[in-house]
Amino acid sequence: MSVAALLEGKRVCVCGGSGGVGKTTTSAAIALGMAAQGAKVAVVTIDPAKRLANALGLEELENEPRRVEPERLAPSGLEIRGELWAMMLDPKRTFDDLIERLAPTPQRAQEILGNRVYRELSTAVSGSQEFTAIAKLYDLDREGDFDLLVLDTPPSRNALDFLEAPGRLTSFLEGRALKAFLRPTGIGMRFLGRPAGVLLGGLRKITGVDLLADLSTFFQLLGGMTEDFSRRAAQVEKMLKSDSTAFLLITSAQQESIDEAIWFRRTLEKGDLPFAGVVVNRVHHDILGDGDEQQVGAELAGLLTPELATLVTQNFHDYHVLARRDEQNIARLEPELDGRPVLLVPHLDDDVHDIEGLLRIHRYLFASAEERAQMIAEVVA
Amino acid sequence: MTGKGGVGKSTVAIALGLLGARSGLRTIVVELANQERVQKTFEHQAEHFREVELAPGLFTISIDPQHSMDEYLRIRVGPIGHAIGSSRLFQAFAMATPGMRELLSIGKVWELAQLQRKTRGAAPYDLVIVDAPATGHGVGILRTPRTFAEIARVGPIAHQGRQIAATIADPSFTAIVAVALPEEMPVNEILTLADALDREGLELEHVIVNAVYPARFSEEQVGELDAALARSESSLGSTAVRAALSEHLRSDTQREQIARLRSGLESGIAELPFLFADPLGRPELEQVADALAAGLNEPDRAGEVVT
Repeated sequence: MSVAALLEGKRVCVCGGSGGVGKTTTSAAIALGMAAQGAKVAVVTIDPAKRLANALGLEELENEPRRVEPERLAPSGLEIRGELWAMMLDPKRTFDDLIERLAPTPQRAQEILGNRVYRELSTAVSGSQEFTAIAKLYDLDREGDFDLLVLDTPPSRNALDFLEAPGRLTSFLEGRALKAFLRPTGIGMRFLGRPAGVLLGGLRKITGVDLLADLSTFFQLLGGMTEDFSRRAAQVEKMLKSDSTAFLLITSAQQESIDEAIWFRRTLEKGDLPFAGVVVNRVHHDILGDGDEQQVGAELAGLLTPELATLVTQNFHDYHVLARRDEQNIARLEPELDGRPVLLVPHLDDDVHDIEGLLRIHRYLFASAEERAQMIAEVVA
Repeated sequence: MTGKGGVGKSTVAIALGLLGARSGLRTIVVELANQERVQKTFEHQAEHFREVELAPGLFTISIDPQHSMDEYLRIRVGPIGHAIGSSRLFQAFAMATPGMRELLSIGKVWELAQLQRKTRGAAPYDLVIVDAPATGHGVGILRTPRTFAEIARVGPIAHQGRQIAATIADPSFTAIVAVALPEEMPVNEILTLADALDREGLELEHVIVNAVYPARFSEEQVGELDAALARSESSLGSTAVRAALSEHLRSDTQREQIARLRSGLESGIAELPFLFADPLGRPELEQVADALAAGLNEPDRAGEVVT
């Protein structure tokens, strides 16, 4: 099955997985392929390699998708029937935009943007990338300018951070319990009674009073906005769970990444999120096939000096170890997938960070199963 | 130790731990990701938030914000700490406060590194190796104590935040080590990390470049291989030669990236060879430790794996 078939009828494609597995490049290659097939596609990336960013003409500060000029894609030799757009996410800017939009008055927005707790929340804190990536995705989806959005997710420590972040931030912003806590005269405090007074004392003792004061100001500033945040969170969740969304898992064939992929797959299932399939990058394919490894040395004897033949044989052996390892790891992944497809992309000879490189990955992703097998056989034979 | 996901940071952290223990240092490897990977590697039954001895002189602990907070409250606030910690309001407050989770984790790391341990009956360590989250978060977690000190300004958190921040910034106490792969993105990330640390007044002490392919073939030999491929009539022979040329190309690309790293950094750089084995067990880890020792002693050469 090809990526095109997997994404048929989809409006959102979320590429998840641990860092360092070629997620950004794969996302871009998917977007390129879908654009070639005639769709108007935007890829939202977080932190692309400089060469890839240059190749796509991405500017860091825009925070809005920009069309990748067809001339840039010309070296790929691929006919682009649709449009490819790309943007690099600016978490701080996305967060600020959101506040400006949801705040009742411009003055209130400015107060929030200047609040110390907000500034920490929107920049220093891990989770803000995750939160804003989803926020941006939601806005782009709602604006409806694109046939397909491809999201390259942030390189989280683990995939769960990414899925949890919106909820965690919402619960912080919502903080009903906390608000009651911070307004000693409010209904909450009366309801809580004396033990709360003791708690509050303890809390002051631990955190220092200023932190509480800043938080309190922050919540007062947010005021009625928290309901908008919750409503948004509910809508975002609806979008992520919708039939027109596809979660694609990107992984390498190494043990750690495969473990992570299996775990991510289970998390998606628990969260009732629509899982479409797995892309395994950098696969060492079996180059021995039915051959006999003992034969390699003999075959090389007539071809190379003994010294060089030994080196080549050793290299072959090492490669074959990796191929067997990859095969075993992928075999562990397969039973987890409920029949959803695994797309294998071979280990290419160098880093892939330009248009030609995207095209090479794209060829594997957009081939049918038979074509892919054929291409791999050609590489191997 | 910090580094992007998938670069083998945990493996290198364990290998460094083995080296520490071998040289007679009471060493602990701390995991923040809540995965108990170290214990799994040593086929030790996973235990959470407890200092476990894996080999003579080598300990590990897997820590998380929740347990760190409970412990902090017990030590800091005494009996009432428990009441506060178990309050749902307090839980919601603490866990939802931006940066609090990071502060609690790094606070526990700091406690482990104290010569006078706050945990009752706990012995001090000579070396504490922290398997920190991926680099972006890594800087965040190092910056958190100072950020908190600035936000809270007064009170115990501010005080302790300042104390921890000072410890992190003291190069005679703390070394920041990054693990990277010799590829474009990871190298970029390390260069960015060095800049980010610099802005925080911190120094990247060492970079360990992991999984470096051997340079098996000389340019002359590559020429011979090209010629051999052209006249080869054996399918298996051609495949083997192609695999050799392919690895040579990758190895070359890696060396370009290592050169880029060396020219962009003042930190020490050690190289670790690619291991053609997976999964890594104890024997392979000992090998990595050997190679690491060699690489750290001779920073301009890749450590050789002794097999």
